[in-house]
Amino acid sequence: MENAILQLCYLIGSITFIMGLKMLSHPDTARKGNLVAAAGMTIAIFATIFLFEHDGQKLHNYGWIFGGLLFGTVVGTFVAKKVQMTSMPEMVSLFNGMGGACAMLISLVEYNKPEVKETGTMIVIALGMLIGTVSFAGSMIAWGKLNGSIKDRTIPGGQVINFIIFAGLIALVIMVVGGFMPEMHSLFYGILALAALYGILFVMPIGGADMPVVISLLNSFTGCAAAFGGFLYDNPVMLTGGILVGSAGTILTILMCKAMNRSLKNVLIGSFGGQKAGASGASKEQGNYKEISLNDTAVLMAYAQKVMIIPGYGLAVAQAQHTCHELEKVLNEKGVEVLYGIHPVAGRMPGHMNVLLAEADVPYEKLLEMEDANDQMASTNVVLILGANDVVNPAAKEDPASPIFGMPILEVERAEHVIVNKRSMKPGYAGIENELFFRPKTSMLFGDAKKVLQSLVQELKQV
Amino acid sequence: MDTIISLFTNPATYRLMTIVILSIFLGIEVISRVPSVLHTPLMSGANAIHGVVIIGAIIVMGEARTDDYLSLILGFLAVILGTLNVVGGFVVTDRMLEMFSKKKKK
Repeated sequence: MENAILQLCYLIGSITFIMGLKMLSHPDTARKGNLVAAAGMTIAIFATIFLFEHDGQKLHNYGWIFGGLLFGTVVGTFVAKKVQMTSMPEMVSLFNGMGGACAMLISLVEYNKPEVKETGTMIVIALGMLIGTVSFAGSMIAWGKLNGSIKDRTIPGGQVINFIIFAGLIALVIMVVGGFMPEMHSLFYGILALAALYGILFVMPIGGADMPVVISLLNSFTGCAAAFGGFLYDNPVMLTGGILVGSAGTILTILMCKAMNRSLKNVLIGSFGGQKAGASGASKEQGNYKEISLNDTAVLMAYAQKVMIIPGYGLAVAQAQHTCHELEKVLNEKGVEVLYGIHPVAGRMPGHMNVLLAEADVPYEKLLEMEDANDQMASTNVVLILGANDVVNPAAKEDPASPIFGMPILEVERAEHVIVNKRSMKPGYAGIENELFFRPKTSMLFGDAKKVLQSLVQELKQV
Repeated sequence: MDTIISLFTNPATYRLMTIVILSIFLGIEVISRVPSVLHTPLMSGANAIHGVVIIGAIIVMGEARTDDYLSLILGFLAVILGTLNVVGGFVVTDRMLEMFSKKKKK
């Protein structure tokens, strides 16, 4: 009877995950979808605690279980409530790593259990640990890279090293699973060590601009690791939850790659902004750029009919989203139409800019997706680029040698004037020179996005 | 070879394989029509859902012998990490989506 209730709870859990994901993909139902999935998760967790039986034995150690749950809930809620909207990508990466580590620990404990394991069980334990560890190590590196504590580093011959490690991992798994050397427990821990190393080396050379793709990929890895847990415990809800995320994460990864017009292989192998990119950028003849004063910018914008703002990571770093909205309101009062052109991969995650601007109460319908923004470009008087770089780089259209060649961009040059706000002339996160800054239509407005926008609002009020 | 054959002959494994295959297609179907605006919350929500691995951690913890301290400690850590993944993931996602719905009313 109790087992029937448990299975029913798991079924409910699986259904809520499917419904949750489905609802998350529509703006109107997204929030409810998240809550639905969370409710299903709660049911599945408590059903497991109280109803799960193995060989007629109920679970025990309730003190430890509830202690862990309570601690995790308090800390998780606190951190998630505290974190600033701009550090959201890091947060997702961090939580993803925790899930990976959880899968890794489960495999470790299961491996240490004294009873004899079947081949199938060993496969599941070994692969669960392998993927969990790669996901954990990779997520930690991605987290460090996004918050700036780890720099991009290209290791010479990195691909060869990665391939050797990968081959070594497969060999180890086969040896452990095949039980050729049952006394050699170090082989199993060898998987752990190699997988951690692989996770680190796998993410290390990938450039910052590709980080969203990597996080999404690691997300689906953790999903697979959870699914292996489902096999291990013959648990349907872990299986559906894990596999759903695994396949959905893969699709999301591919969608993101498509937005950049690159293949996944290209992202993983070619390090964005590595030496090759630097060389092609540096060898090119660079013209002069011209600066524009705040006052001139204000006048130009005040007398425009349509202004398009293109936000990028610089806006997020400067926490300038509220000031940006203020600028929009001042311009609206002057009868200027203000729109936002959002590139799908602007910022550090897809949708990053949308989340950021939503925080500042910018109306949903003013955020144009790339195609719509490009359609409006010809009738736009002033384009204001706030800390975006690679997503407006004309090299993507014109320079076949550029590493971002073929990526769809916001075609800002079709507008009358282009004003670029940046802190300096340094290239963007991808490390590629941007010729846009030297084009005749472009004027540079240097400074921190927030300070510049604040002064701009002041100037505009006086125009 | 026996292992491969048992994938199909063992009803439990066969059932699990069916779930896997159907879930793969379901995941693809459910996700493939998402506006790019929702990519970040979706990724975050999916991130919370794979926190379902916590159930494995609870089982490990609940089955560990009370004198097996290594398993207890590792299991305890697993429960904490899994909870962080679930709770943190859902709360962060909710915070993101809260901002979307706020201005929707206007």
